[in-house]
Amino acid sequence: MAKIVVVTSGKGGVGKTTTSAAISTGLARAGHRTAVVDFDVGLRNLDLIMGVERRVVYDFVNVINGDANLKQTLIRDKRVDGLYILPASQTRDKDALTTEGVERVLNELSEDFDYIICDSPAGIERGALMAAYFADEAIVVTNPEVSSVRDSDRILGILSSKTRHAEQGNGPIPGRLLLTRYSPERVARGEMLSVEDVQEILAVDLLGVIPESRAVLNASNAGTPVILDEDSDAGQAYADAAARFLGEEREHRFLDVPRKGLFGRLFGS
Amino acid sequence: MSNGAETVLQFKGRMITVTILRLLAPGPEAVAAALDERFRDAPGLLSGLPTVLDLEALGEAPSGLDLKALQDLLRARGVPLIGLRDSGEAVRRLAAVGGLPVLKLDGGREVPRQESGSAARTASQAPTGSSQTLVVTQPVRSGQQVYARGGDLVLTAAVSAGAEVLADGHIHAYGPLRGRAMAGVVGDTGARIFCRRLDCEMVAIAGRYRLSEQITDAEREGPVQVRLEGDSLVIERL
Repeated sequence: MAKIVVVTSGKGGVGKTTTSAAISTGLARAGHRTAVVDFDVGLRNLDLIMGVERRVVYDFVNVINGDANLKQTLIRDKRVDGLYILPASQTRDKDALTTEGVERVLNELSEDFDYIICDSPAGIERGALMAAYFADEAIVVTNPEVSSVRDSDRILGILSSKTRHAEQGNGPIPGRLLLTRYSPERVARGEMLSVEDVQEILAVDLLGVIPESRAVLNASNAGTPVILDEDSDAGQAYADAAARFLGEEREHRFLDVPRKGLFGRLFGS
Repeated sequence: MSNGAETVLQFKGRMITVTILRLLAPGPEAVAAALDERFRDAPGLLSGLPTVLDLEALGEAPSGLDLKALQDLLRARGVPLIGLRDSGEAVRRLAAVGGLPVLKLDGGREVPRQESGSAARTASQAPTGSSQTLVVTQPVRSGQQVYARGGDLVLTAAVSAGAEVLADGHIHAYGPLRGRAMAGVVGDTGARIFCRRLDCEMVAIAGRYRLSEQITDAEREGPVQVRLEGDSLVIERL
């Protein structure tokens, strides 16, 4: 039985797909068979971030409709063993995601994988609700600014009542916070909410803090999950988050303004 | 010409909650006796709340109803009757004769009316021994609503901005209270709100409210209670 994890946020553009790609890659690299599913039907992006856009033949909606089977549709990642991508359909809309269809596909994936990462679309409509409905656990991606935090709060509320887990009377699914695009310099200048501020408002466990980094955009452009860029701060922060997700204790890094060395101070880089 | 209608009067829309009093038997004496019995258990049940009379259950009988006697006995008990519920031609005719408006009450949501004062609680719940207090230990998130019907609401986790917490009785918040808090929502003017810090978007008691921008920083500080004094909300430190 696989563990189903939804990566969600409410707000768009905060880094759900980047996170889905990075975390699923991290889990597969740690030896867990992992499938990452794009629920953003109509606005498919995961295939780009994972660099498999030219290998998409069938998609999630084809599998739901029985036009193709999972074996034909899943795209195997060439960089990391045991990592598979289920792309969304670009030509359909979210109504194609029927509860029965999604359940059937997730059940079938469950037989073969250890983790299923559901990359949720933004919003609180059908696509997002379907991505979350069957989840056992949630990663809530938030940027350190008020509108993103409020949307995440809304999503946490929905997760506590609108999942199969909750509807069966098992209470809310565990949700953890991943704070992305964090800039300690801007926090220090009072332009951005701090980790403590966000945690105080959302009152959930912290899975990780990903610093604002050029490496993220570069990785997206290159179609490489940023976690594979092991020299970058964002890549390392995602590696930490994936390890924490698997139960490892790791200290949070990149929370403070880096102290400039002599060189930096002299030349004010 | 500038002295137009708008300097004399203004029209404004406003939603109000009404109590619907359903009559199941037409005789004024029986109604009076039944009302008195209910008021013994719950003295403040209907007092001052706009009330609409619903005669639907009487079928065709309303034509024989002594509306005048009914109006008198309700007035004598402090129940302001504002009209009849439109449930057919017979009711419309009766209303026309009695000079009362006929109200269409489609849509909206009906909730059972309960007295939230202590008298009602001891009278109606003593046998079961269970309390009407609702204790919420999970955070109340933006977009969520929690309503303690017929009793108090105790919140041990945070109430986020954009969330709404309501109670017929008091509200006790032990976590951060950042959303909207409304106590005494069916009209209990004795209801209060207790919190450790008043960061609400809005506080209201029995319909009287203060918005966040009308709460000063000094008033937010420390453990606070909000109560009604006459017609105005009082925020005071505990």
